[in-house]
Amino acid sequence: MGHDHDPISYPNLRTQAIESLLVEKGILASDAVDRVVSAYEEDIGPLNGARVVARAWSDGRYKTRLLENATGAIAELGISGMQGENMVALENTAEVHNVVVCTLCSCYPWPVLGLPPYWYKSPEYRARVVVEPRAVLAELGLEIDESRELRVWDSSAEIRYMVLPERPAGTDELAEDQLAELVSRDSMIGVAEARTP
Amino acid sequence: MARAHDIGGLKGLGPVEIERDEPVFHSEWEQRVFGITMATLGKGLYNVEQFRSGIEEIPIVPYMESSYYERWIVTLETNLIRAGVVSEDEIDARTVELSRHPGTDVGRREEAEFCEMLLSVIQAGVSPERDVEAPRRFESGDRVIAAGTTAAGHTRLPRYVRGKQGVVARLDKAFVYPETNVEGAGENPEWCYCVRFEADEVWGDGAEAGAPVYVDVWESYLEPA
Repeated sequence: MGHDHDPISYPNLRTQAIESLLVEKGILASDAVDRVVSAYEEDIGPLNGARVVARAWSDGRYKTRLLENATGAIAELGISGMQGENMVALENTAEVHNVVVCTLCSCYPWPVLGLPPYWYKSPEYRARVVVEPRAVLAELGLEIDESRELRVWDSSAEIRYMVLPERPAGTDELAEDQLAELVSRDSMIGVAEARTP
Repeated sequence: MARAHDIGGLKGLGPVEIERDEPVFHSEWEQRVFGITMATLGKGLYNVEQFRSGIEEIPIVPYMESSYYERWIVTLETNLIRAGVVSEDEIDARTVELSRHPGTDVGRREEAEFCEMLLSVIQAGVSPERDVEAPRRFESGDRVIAAGTTAAGHTRLPRYVRGKQGVVARLDKAFVYPETNVEGAGENPEWCYCVRFEADEVWGDGAEAGAPVYVDVWESYLEPA
């Protein structure tokens, strides 16, 4: 930290001040900080959620279990953890499209999607997607037909949501790991569809 | 009274901008803030509701002007000071010192056992689910009003549904009640529900058609409609 000669930003200084005081007082474990950061940078991310979606697309009975008890079905793939203790999966269909938000802060299903992107935490998304979801999704390039119900899910208590996007057409021949490559983070929040091959 | 963070439905905000190929953290200090928060939460110096409340207490102007992890710095400081492990004067003095001597090492200490414990908690999770003896007051399909909360401060009931009618869409487990847990006044678990509110009920005429909002609530927020 601080090896270059750029001016150090105030948040950076403030963070260093807190870290150095906590180390000095014997309260902070530096190795824990390092390992938590690397876990969320390297191991815990939307590739986990993509595996869940690809399994649900490939295996009808798994999909049923996912929609009935998402936490248990996700754990079948060895995925669990903090901010994913009580999961619900929301299925997109021809009649219903789902989109997830946390208007009060930035609650997000960490074990399947990792830490949330900046836009998900922004006041713009949190304030607007509940009241004008069609307009917000259209701005992001996703037009939801008036004939489809657009359900907005505000993660205001302890449930964490992931969207099960529709399986794209023309993917009948694809294996599960190929299907997983079509599943973007944004499609599991509900602001995009899965990619087509 | 709603606080700065309670912004569902607020008008006047601009477009949502998605950053392509966004990194998990945008700078080293964001990494440290995240890690320090997880490590001090893991030490039990404060709980997650107290962490949230420390952000919600930020006045609205600085709240809106701050970046996400700048708000984390504020709540980290607030909670460390309340826990009695550091004072604001100490943080101020150390900040000045570091600004005069950039590049000063922040120091390092390791706790292998705590580190393993924290990583296993992250892997396993810590559910706020609890057993309660009282039966549920509501069932799926019941019409309810999000009557409100008596909390003076931290609550998880968004203001945009207060006083609005909806229908119970899903029954959830009983979870620790945030309003008392934030005060250190006990877990007092309650049954939770997911309630569906129609857009015109919440937003009035001119709401987007066919765009209901589902809000997760603790039982005491609800009254029968």
